[in-house]
Amino acid sequence: METISAEIFTLTYGSMVRQLIADYEDVEEVNKQLDKMGFSIGQRLIDEFLAKSKTQRCSDFREAAEKVAKVGFRMFLNTTAAVTNWNAEGTECSLILEDNPLTDFVELPEALSQLKYSNLLCGVIRGALEMVNMDVECTFVRDVLQGDDVYEMRLKLLSSSPETYPFKDDD
Amino acid sequence: MPTLYSLWIVGRNGGLLYSRDFVQLPPIEFNDKLRLASSWFGMCGISAQLSPVPDSSGIQLMQADTFDLHSFHTLTGTTFMLLTEPHTPDAAELLRTTVYELYCDYVLKNPFHEMDQVIKSELFDQNLVERCQAINRRWGVGA
Repeated sequence: METISAEIFTLTYGSMVRQLIADYEDVEEVNKQLDKMGFSIGQRLIDEFLAKSKTQRCSDFREAAEKVAKVGFRMFLNTTAAVTNWNAEGTECSLILEDNPLTDFVELPEALSQLKYSNLLCGVIRGALEMVNMDVECTFVRDVLQGDDVYEMRLKLLSSSPETYPFKDDD
Repeated sequence: MPTLYSLWIVGRNGGLLYSRDFVQLPPIEFNDKLRLASSWFGMCGISAQLSPVPDSSGIQLMQADTFDLHSFHTLTGTTFMLLTEPHTPDAAELLRTTVYELYCDYVLKNPFHEMDQVIKSELFDQNLVERCQAINRRWGVGA
């Protein structure tokens, strides 16, 4: 596969977000749409991730989060994330992105201060993990564009059920 | 002589999404294919339960005197079935890398492909057939 310049990607993402804002005229709705689009991308991207990285089944959520942060982000965004702030049960963690190529040229105007510009990434993670039977919630809690010092995504495992035949949940 | 016979792809729900022969084979009726594919899907699921060790995979290889059936179950639930001449080398690897990657590129990345729907992709078809027939030719098998 040929690659394209990262700038084209960043600019394309920017114009897409801009178009969503024009179409929906509501920041909350745009956040929601970005997440939804990301979800569909994630559902498809996960197979590429598995095929190219030769990843085996993860034993637990911790391992899955590490894989997303270290291998996934490297593969698709050429950056990595740190996994920190685990809760005691091992069901919630934070992904800290040092570098976010989506926002290279971006400054948020005041009127759009509530925009979660990179929310697509949350959707991608949610969609990808859903395909390997982990239901997660993923949201940006810190965003450099909103004045924080890093990008932080909070990842929360809701349920994980091996959904293989013969299905057990139909009784 | 080693030969790749055909590839079948079975979806997450056990439905046949795709099948393609790489050499001239006696035809199987479409309804029979659907039935066979979903039966195989079911058997793979059941076979995992026979394992004394938890979290085992299902059947990966079935050998008969006239053919091998390599079965690759992705972590996302899609099943790839590759039928070959017995003892055709590297078939399992071919399935896990080349075929899986072609599927990612030409099926999943096509924005108009609906998840878990029948695969109608000319690009996937072309590339798959090209690769597999090239391998067959290397073993001296014509199309």
